Amino acid sequence: MMPFRFEWLWSDVLVWLLVAGAVGLALYTRARPHLRAPWSRVARSPSGMAAATVLVPFVLIGLLDSLHYRAALPSSDGKVIYATAVRSALDRVLEPLRATREKTYSAPFATHLYAKETVQLPDGREARIYPRLRHGGAHLADPHAERGRDVALKAFRGLTFALMLWLVVVIGVCAMRARHTAADIESVWRGIWQGRSEVPWRAVFCALGMLFVVIGPVIALAPHYHVLGTDKVGQDVLYQALKSIRTGLVIGMLATLVMLPFALVLGVMAGYFKGWIDDLIQYLYTTLSSIPGVLLIAAAVLMMQVYIENNSELFPSTEIRADVRLLALCVILGVTSWTGLCRLLRGEVLKLREMEYIQAAHAFGVSHWRIMMRHLTPNVMHIVMIALVMDFSGLVLAEAVLSYVGVGVDPSMISFGTMINSARLEMAREPMVWWSLAAAFVFMLTLVLAANLFADAVRDAFDPRLIIAGGRP
Amino acid sequence: MFPYRHGIVLLILAFTAGCSESPWNNPYSAAAATENTLYTSFAERPKHLDPVQSYAENEYAFIANIYQPPLQYHYLKRPYELIPFGAESVPRPVYLDAAGKTLPDSVPAERVAFSEYVIRVRQGVRYQPHPALALDESGKLRYHALSPAELRGIDTLADFRHTGTRELVAGDYVHQIKRLAHPRLHSPILQLMTEYIVGLKEYAAMLAGEAAALPEDKTVDLTRHELAGARIIDRYTYAVRVRGKYPQFAYWLAMPFFAPVPPEADRFYGQPGLAQKNISLDWYPLGTGPYMLTVNNPNRQMVLERNPYYRDQAETYPAEGEPADAASGLLQDAGKTLPFIDKVVFSLEKEQIPYWNKFLQGYYDASGIASDTFDQAVQFSGQGDVTLSDDMIRRGIRLQTSLATSVFYLGFNMRDPVVGNVDGGSGERRRKLRLAISIAVDQEEFISIFRNGRGVPSHGPIPPGIFGHREPDEAGINPYVYEWRNGQPQRKSIEQAKKLLAEAGYPNGRDAKTGEPLLLHLDTTSSGADSKARLDWYIRQFQKLGVQLVIRATDFNRLQDKLRRGTAQLYFLGWNADYPDPENFLFLLHGPQGRARTQGENASNYRNAEYDQLFDRMKHMANGAERQAIIDRMIAILRHDAPWVWSFFPKDYTLHHAWVHNGKPNQIANNGLKYQRLDPALRAVKRREWNPPVVWPLALVTALLVIGTLPAIAAFRRRERSTAVAAQS
Amino acid sequence: MTAYIIRRLIYGVFVLIGVNVLTFALFFFVNSPDDVARAQLGAKRVTPEAVEKWKRERGYHKPLFLNEKSTGIGRVTETVFFDKSVRLFAFQFGASDQGRNIGYDISTRMWPSLAVQVPAFVIGLAVYITFALLMAFFRATYIDFWGVVLCVLMMSISALFYIIGGQFIFGKLWNLVPISGYDSGFDAIKFLALPVLIGIISGIGGNARWYRTIFLEEINKDYVRTARAKGLSEVRVLFRHVLQNAMIPILTGVVVVIPLLFMGALITESFFGIPGLGSYTIDAISQQDFAIVRAMVFLGSVLYIIGLILTDISYTLVDPRVRFS
Repeated sequence: MMPFRFEWLWSDVLVWLLVAGAVGLALYTRARPHLRAPWSRVARSPSGMAAATVLVPFVLIGLLDSLHYRAALPSSDGKVIYATAVRSALDRVLEPLRATREKTYSAPFATHLYAKETVQLPDGREARIYPRLRHGGAHLADPHAERGRDVALKAFRGLTFALMLWLVVVIGVCAMRARHTAADIESVWRGIWQGRSEVPWRAVFCALGMLFVVIGPVIALAPHYHVLGTDKVGQDVLYQALKSIRTGLVIGMLATLVMLPFALVLGVMAGYFKGWIDDLIQYLYTTLSSIPGVLLIAAAVLMMQVYIENNSELFPSTEIRADVRLLALCVILGVTSWTGLCRLLRGEVLKLREMEYIQAAHAFGVSHWRIMMRHLTPNVMHIVMIALVMDFSGLVLAEAVLSYVGVGVDPSMISFGTMINSARLEMAREPMVWWSLAAAFVFMLTLVLAANLFADAVRDAFDPRLIIAGGRP
Repeated sequence: MFPYRHGIVLLILAFTAGCSESPWNNPYSAAAATENTLYTSFAERPKHLDPVQSYAENEYAFIANIYQPPLQYHYLKRPYELIPFGAESVPRPVYLDAAGKTLPDSVPAERVAFSEYVIRVRQGVRYQPHPALALDESGKLRYHALSPAELRGIDTLADFRHTGTRELVAGDYVHQIKRLAHPRLHSPILQLMTEYIVGLKEYAAMLAGEAAALPEDKTVDLTRHELAGARIIDRYTYAVRVRGKYPQFAYWLAMPFFAPVPPEADRFYGQPGLAQKNISLDWYPLGTGPYMLTVNNPNRQMVLERNPYYRDQAETYPAEGEPADAASGLLQDAGKTLPFIDKVVFSLEKEQIPYWNKFLQGYYDASGIASDTFDQAVQFSGQGDVTLSDDMIRRGIRLQTSLATSVFYLGFNMRDPVVGNVDGGSGERRRKLRLAISIAVDQEEFISIFRNGRGVPSHGPIPPGIFGHREPDEAGINPYVYEWRNGQPQRKSIEQAKKLLAEAGYPNGRDAKTGEPLLLHLDTTSSGADSKARLDWYIRQFQKLGVQLVIRATDFNRLQDKLRRGTAQLYFLGWNADYPDPENFLFLLHGPQGRARTQGENASNYRNAEYDQLFDRMKHMANGAERQAIIDRMIAILRHDAPWVWSFFPKDYTLHHAWVHNGKPNQIANNGLKYQRLDPALRAVKRREWNPPVVWPLALVTALLVIGTLPAIAAFRRRERSTAVAAQS
Repeated sequence: MTAYIIRRLIYGVFVLIGVNVLTFALFFFVNSPDDVARAQLGAKRVTPEAVEKWKRERGYHKPLFLNEKSTGIGRVTETVFFDKSVRLFAFQFGASDQGRNIGYDISTRMWPSLAVQVPAFVIGLAVYITFALLMAFFRATYIDFWGVVLCVLMMSISALFYIIGGQFIFGKLWNLVPISGYDSGFDAIKFLALPVLIGIISGIGGNARWYRTIFLEEINKDYVRTARAKGLSEVRVLFRHVLQNAMIPILTGVVVVIPLLFMGALITESFFGIPGLGSYTIDAISQQDFAIVRAMVFLGSVLYIIGLILTDISYTLVDPRVRFS
């Protein structure tokens, strides 16, 4: 018997399809130099590569969090029954963070609760004190005296380990480059360090170094302390921030992706056929884009809520309900954003269809469908690629705002939006509870900044003249 | 940096515009600083201000100070006591038999066919100045035949130049009772009152029939039809006849539903064209109370000003109260004429942080305490007493605590096949499941995390301060959930809950037969920043038993809809008392009021024959030992059956600034404004003291800008030269 | 030109019809009239009779699209759709589900919205263009590089953080401006300073970077080189040639949003307690007052279409070569 059963949520399926698609595309591209060219231009952009390096851990965390399962419950008679609660592989990895709940707020690295509580002393009297945390720093006998040293020591250990690992990676890459170019390691290293290498390894190493410097100590400290504190119900904030990543990624990627087929088909059709088909499609997207986005999203999300309520037997667990709502949000965000892409594609196809090779295809009697599939679509894919990466950061930011308005993700789902929303009241506390907000800020900023820089590199590599204005409600 | 430059220009503009001696961040006009004005807020725009329609606390905050029902609650005395307000005295019901003959007071409830309340109205009471009552030179009502031309240029009620008043008469009270049945108005208590007020049902049906025949822009004229149950005896006396014995009716007489409304108001507001401009009685009240609404901008600000005629009523500040009131200075103003404050400004404040910060800056005069601001304001002394934090004491802020007359509960739907008591032999198993959950959901922790201790765990449905409540001492605790240890109630251990769960057929949260984990559903509303934390917490409570809880967070409509259809399983609700009588709480579990069957308030659809029978007996009784005994028995039944997880009674903490006097929280009445007194001079001083603008950052930014531009200018010069040269070469 | 505008207007009407059908379908699928009635009647003691009465009064008792019971034109006109949607075309917004007149509310609430939006827009545009011009002027230097980095950094921060941070620092820490609120007339300035400032700062990253791209595109064109070769100073080149020719792409993005300034800023207004149309919309969403939401959707669509037409017109003004037939 299996100790668990995979639970494929809808968004998981889409995420893994996306991964499969990306891998397939990469293999396809590899063999074709003309397709590879823009990507190697991306690979030569220092900021783009540094951003990509930072994005990798985010994507890995997101993927890990997209593997859901239901654990088997202990049973005596051999019949396997699975729990209703859906967990992800990331939850399993972060079990020490997820399970170590405190009662309520505690500051980063704290050993005591943030607020005083009435506690019954052994002698029967009651006192108002800061109680010890159940988990954070629980291994310390005398936290006041030992904590500073303990934190520094553990952080140092983590740091050393991280730096060593970094060195290994750097030397490994240098050695590989050396093998490849038949030069000695030292000259390769010097080349990289002076920024002469074709792929900007220096930027990658710097970004990687910074990542390791942060991640190393955190990994060393996280099992013993709440590195980013705990929230109102005592949940580790670091855990929440890590869980928010998947929500952000899913919204950022899937929202554009789910509507992509429509945008592509309609955009290409409008540009290719012109005439009444063009008019109809233009009418469709003008209508959709003239509705204020927030209102359309609000209506759609509320509608989804009604559907979930009325068919609650279809969604046996909180996670599944939240997932369906997340997907609905992606779809509706896609609806509000595909019109721009559709317009761009139409414009590009209008230009392309006058090209000689398309005219020639006409003359040879190639069917419309085939012309669109074989000749037009591949030639507008760079626009799709740019739109995909450019929209990403805007969508992640939009999620936060929508959750504030109350039409974002399900309240039980951890996301940057829900984190900010529940943390904004904490600013009024005295002493202020700043860590939830700060954690959401830092994680979100890192993700969006890296995504923006990467998107810039992609745009510059594919079509530097294409202007896509950002900006979203 | 560039954007700041414009910001500074704006800021400078702002401060030259404002007055220099007033703090920069004063949200009110500088001139108003020393006026006798109370500043407070409202969080949500009121939906109705018409006294027959309004039934929400945030609306009562206004209209309870504008309208004058026959009765009111004593401001200081506890338990709550009814005293006259618009009436001369508190009426005593006269009991009548079916033939209309007077019965002695001691007669048993079953024999009473009607009770008649004869109410004598105070003389010389006058309405606030209002255009509906304005007379022209010839003594006719000035604004009762408005032409479209006259309506032009009128956007708010204040645009009518003339106002008038008239004396309050008994007929106005009767008119309001008729208005309960008005087909255009939706009185939330019409349904309930048709069961009591004689002839109201027929009256409503008759009006509805008449209204259906009228064209759309016309409405029925109530003055043309008499209501059997409410008659005018003379100019200052009227009588209301209710069916049977209904002692709670006196409490209803203290609510705005029974406040006087002059028929002129209906006629005035009913004129075509006014409703389009949002000018209606629902937005511009017309009353005889201490205050009148002069600015009505629910998007920003509502202002109550003193009704100039109210002091003629010579209502005085009470001279007696609770024993502690004299010591806390609440009796200093005894005998002085009410009201004290000239003007009350309600500003719209939806977000909690700005509200709290403005309170600390002195721009709001009173504030509640939210969970997030609690630690800043309040600390517990060693003995567990609540005191203010040092910072608050330094500011002269005072704290008052009171138990709200409300109850929160986690209800089980008794029609549900898993947790309910559907017919069949297995009721006992499900009862044990409910009890196990009752033990597992740790109210003490909930109160401590989410309410910072502002609440007491409940052992039954009746909150403290209401007759029938018993303190949770050794005899008064809920023995199914608590046990008496070390001189205080202790929640039973989770092991005991697990044992009950096993007895219910779910050892370790798994069905004993199939091995499937037990899955329960909680329907609740999810709004506010706290909701996620709260939902997480609930899941954790059920996890302690190994039970999986699925939370269906939804909006309020849908929750109500589910309760109505009886399809919810667990749900979270609260109830706020209409009046301080145990009947108003016990009826929430009265079988015939089942939500799914009769749309009543019993959302759990709980039904117990003995309980229902006792309820009918208890309902008519006067408070006393006999009533207490019946209530004790009823609560024992409830605790045994556990249709609710008894959650908690909320406690309200209110903070007042030093310049506010006579504040005492009153959970039932909302007309406390007239008792409050202010010291505006002190307030002006404190505001200046607390809000010195910090200017150095501005100076710093300016300096940085200057320093930052110097190298840029140099670079600019250099570049200018070089490109010019490059272009020439 | 006139014929073109008329054609665009007619097209706009068709778009609005589409918008109306879509929103109507969406909203009535979300909340049946029963739900609306219950939401508005409150929580305590609501009876089915009261719900029925409320629906009848507001006209929600009629069939949604087609009235089978009626005859002739009444089959179409005596429906909820006709009542609630078609009337919008005459700008008769009717009463909100709470009973207030929506048209009146919109007419009073649009002023505070404009008071925030117009200064933020005008000053913001000036700031963004100046910033972008500076970066274009110093292109390929460290000033440009760090300017772009700063822009990307600033556009990676959620607007929520700007608002929360701004209120905290300027309102609470430094006591410089009231934390929230609004006043009419000249007193409004002290309330508006912070929202306007935050509105500008939160937009600086994305906009300045976008304008910079446009300017750079223009700078690399031949005529600019020619102008420079003629010996014109860089400043003259930037302002006379580049700025003028970059106007078309800037206008495309800018003119279309001008009418939408009426709609207000959703988040800013509700954080700062400004009684404009943005907070009106947010309130309507959270209270599920769909009559208001429908009216706002309609208004937003109308303004968007006006924006599109304005954009077309402004092209002809900026660039005489553009002619519409």
